[in-house]
Amino acid sequence: MRFGVVVFPGSNCDQDCFYVIKEVLNEPVRYIWHKEKELKDLDCIILPGGFSYGDYLRAGSIARFSPVMNALVDFARRGGLIIGICNGFQILLEVGLLPGAMLRNKSIHFICKYVYLRVENTQTPFTSLFREGQVVRIPIAHNEGNYYIEDEKLPLLYNNKQVVFRYSDREGRLKDEFNPNGAKDFIAGIVNKEANVLGMMPHPERSSEKILGSEDGLLIFKSIVNWHKKR
Amino acid sequence: MITKEIYRSLGLSDEEYQKILELLKREPTLTELAMFSVEWSEHCGYPRSRAYLSLFPKQGKYKALIGEDAGGIILDDLAIVFKMESHNHPSQVEPKQGAATGVGGIIRDIFTSGARPIALLNSLRFGKLEKPYNRYLFRGVVDGIQSYGNCVGIPTVGGEIYFDTSYTGNCLVNVMCVGIAPKDKLMRAQAKGEANSIIYAGASTGRDGIGGCSVLASSEFKEGEEKRPTVQIGDPFTEKCLIEATLEAIDTGAVVGIKDMGAAGLTCASSEMASSGGVGIEIDLDLVPRREEGMSPWELMMSESQERMLLCVKKQREKEIIDIYSKWGLNAVVIGKVTGNKELILRDKGKIVAQIKAKDLTSAPLYDMPYKEPEYLEELNKLDLNKIPKPQDYNEVILKLLASENLSSRRWVYQQYDHMVQTNTVLLPGLGASVLRIKGTNKALALTTDCNSIYCYLNPFRGAQIAVAEACRNLVCVGAHPAGVTDCLNFGNPEKPDRFWYFKNCVEGIASACKFFNIPVVSGNVSFYNESPQGVIKPTPTIGMVGIISDLRFITFPYFKDEGDLIILLGKTYEELGGSQYLKEIHNLIRGDAPSLDLSLELALKNTILEGIKKSLIKSCLDCSEGGLALSLFEACVWGESIKGAFIDNLEFNIREDAVLFGESTARVVVSVSPENLSSLEEIARNYKVPLRVIGKVSDQAKLIILKEKFCLVDLDLEKAYKLWRDSLESLIMV
Repeated sequence: MRFGVVVFPGSNCDQDCFYVIKEVLNEPVRYIWHKEKELKDLDCIILPGGFSYGDYLRAGSIARFSPVMNALVDFARRGGLIIGICNGFQILLEVGLLPGAMLRNKSIHFICKYVYLRVENTQTPFTSLFREGQVVRIPIAHNEGNYYIEDEKLPLLYNNKQVVFRYSDREGRLKDEFNPNGAKDFIAGIVNKEANVLGMMPHPERSSEKILGSEDGLLIFKSIVNWHKKR
Repeated sequence: MITKEIYRSLGLSDEEYQKILELLKREPTLTELAMFSVEWSEHCGYPRSRAYLSLFPKQGKYKALIGEDAGGIILDDLAIVFKMESHNHPSQVEPKQGAATGVGGIIRDIFTSGARPIALLNSLRFGKLEKPYNRYLFRGVVDGIQSYGNCVGIPTVGGEIYFDTSYTGNCLVNVMCVGIAPKDKLMRAQAKGEANSIIYAGASTGRDGIGGCSVLASSEFKEGEEKRPTVQIGDPFTEKCLIEATLEAIDTGAVVGIKDMGAAGLTCASSEMASSGGVGIEIDLDLVPRREEGMSPWELMMSESQERMLLCVKKQREKEIIDIYSKWGLNAVVIGKVTGNKELILRDKGKIVAQIKAKDLTSAPLYDMPYKEPEYLEELNKLDLNKIPKPQDYNEVILKLLASENLSSRRWVYQQYDHMVQTNTVLLPGLGASVLRIKGTNKALALTTDCNSIYCYLNPFRGAQIAVAEACRNLVCVGAHPAGVTDCLNFGNPEKPDRFWYFKNCVEGIASACKFFNIPVVSGNVSFYNESPQGVIKPTPTIGMVGIISDLRFITFPYFKDEGDLIILLGKTYEELGGSQYLKEIHNLIRGDAPSLDLSLELALKNTILEGIKKSLIKSCLDCSEGGLALSLFEACVWGESIKGAFIDNLEFNIREDAVLFGESTARVVVSVSPENLSSLEEIARNYKVPLRVIGKVSDQAKLIILKEKFCLVDLDLEKAYKLWRDSLESLIMV
């Protein structure tokens, strides 16, 4: 299967994602420059973290108008897999491929640290290798990761099984002190209804090698490959 | 017509102006005068410090590279490039932008060498947090570092922060950047080859930062001055694009030389590239991209607008380079060419506005500065321990120390910095050194910064030696061989003999310790005039050190791992409390002498630890520094993913108890080993003649217990103590 990593000016996790796919996962991967309009050669597209176009306005709000966006939306509509990490998640919200919005962290500070996540849905292409309720350790690094969705839309999100990761403690308990950014209902990652587009604030590419202290993130990439093979 | 008022307002002395007249054999134009003023300032030309900087060793175990801006060491096929620089004065005036542009400037120094920046560290000093203005400065500086560093995608992996009254009117912001390049791709800051093109790339030029290096950084703060306009404004997004575009441009092979336009902007970049390459440069100022109308030639030459580079590019390959920059949305314009006559010639609207030999600009005068030991020092060094009451309650002392502004956890700060981007960070920031693996190799880098300015204030020569020794120890504890030093020398007004005495002694201390450890000083920066009406800073010669871990298996962590492991103290504790945090926090005293230092013992300790690590005997390793043994034990207990306890029942108490627990004797390290490995480690320590004592055991109960014979000196609940340590800094700021 063939991966692509989008490079916006200001992306800064593009090379990290590329490295994991190429060197750790040993799958073919190429960069996608933000002005490209042709994505048909790819099976999975990663929108990496960073500060696309500087993000001086609201995270992801400029990238949404990027030349590559039409092709990306088209790719999603045709069932291609997309994973947006951190800034990538913010962009997916801005472009409307995922529901909800991001607010500034409750602390009003950038936060970089390891957090625990509870896997809420293993029936997606991104999580098939996890156990239901498994607790994983993956770091976050963001300013605006406080996920927001209107109260009345929240039940729908659960009914559609769109909530994939939630912040928890090491035992998988949901507690306010383990919600690092104030996200609504501890939500750290969601998919669209069709489950081919995932957005998550934590960085799986930073926890894909033993030497970095956790390999939990690699399971997401492995799940993708596994799902693709079975298709 | 140049008047005395004009050249003096630019920071030039009567003698310097005379020298300019002699060199030019005519009156300078305003543009030329401005150019001399910045190039001859302490910030660029080092007229007052250069003579002493030549004392630093230039070679060591690893081959050293010493270039125009950053320096580095060679590791196999790679060059590890690093440098530290200050941005003190701008940060005192405008903390967020001052710190942000400090980060931006040092990053450019690294990638202009062709190296990809892989890590940032920063060493910060502020006045005490009880003053609201100091809290404002601290928060502003942290905000500046996070906003810039996070956006450019370079992890901020370490550093240090101290608070002391002496920094009240003049905070210190020292930033270090480390980069990696294939060694055959390194660039120099040189122009070469007649008719090659000079290309300006990056952000456009405005009126920001004019006089930043000559007027702001080269004089003391005086009462009621408005210096905000001299501070530059940073744009990390442009910098990020500039990094990618510049590394791509260098990769083409079309770039002959390159330099960033930082302090002294276009003046510094053009004159130093010409001088270093032994050529001349002609520039047409009308072609310089600008963001403001009506800028005069001297303003263009003095501007310190950020995120700009000057490149010397091979003739006829200009378009290739310009296309790369435009792909990244950046300006790139041919503004001049290399000539054979060694002169820097600037034209404005067709008229020559400056014509100077490049060497004249870059050969700043050299001053022989008078120095004198301050009279108060002899009295200050006296410390009668008999007059220091011993504590009644040791638990209370430990809690007070670990909640103090200087010893509490720096978590609130480093969690605001992205310290994991680029996915190399193996040992996260927080204690001693940080560790980054080098992708594509089996090796890792260990990075640290260190300086105890109280020691340097009490004893500048030894204090500076200790800064080097402690930086080495930090690196050794994680399994690294100390390999190279960059320094940032922060002092008061060098024209005052007592200030200069401190500078001279600190430099000599660093030079002697680096020679002893066989580590080269590859780059650095001097920041003088760090004083204000509120006084002079304590001498702060910050050491940035890079170490090499030769095999990823040797990476060692600072925290206790398993119940039942033996806790060992390597080294010897003396009855010395001078300059300690204990004396400062508990007895409100800053006096005495800096701790004694036995460099040979430091070296023996290094050999013991590295051999113990190589033989897989050592499970954890953390040195003793500020706060003494008690703080090291505490940190080794609480720093892991889950809290461990320590049961200490075999300390040697032949000196005062407070000196045993809180004294800051050098050359000491706390290690833990499995019981079956004790005898092997003992043998290594015996061979190197390093004192070794098993002082206790790691326990599964979250308690730190220290016994003196049967008497319990310390019985600390570590869950509670940990929370206090973790949250204290935040609570001191959020008042």
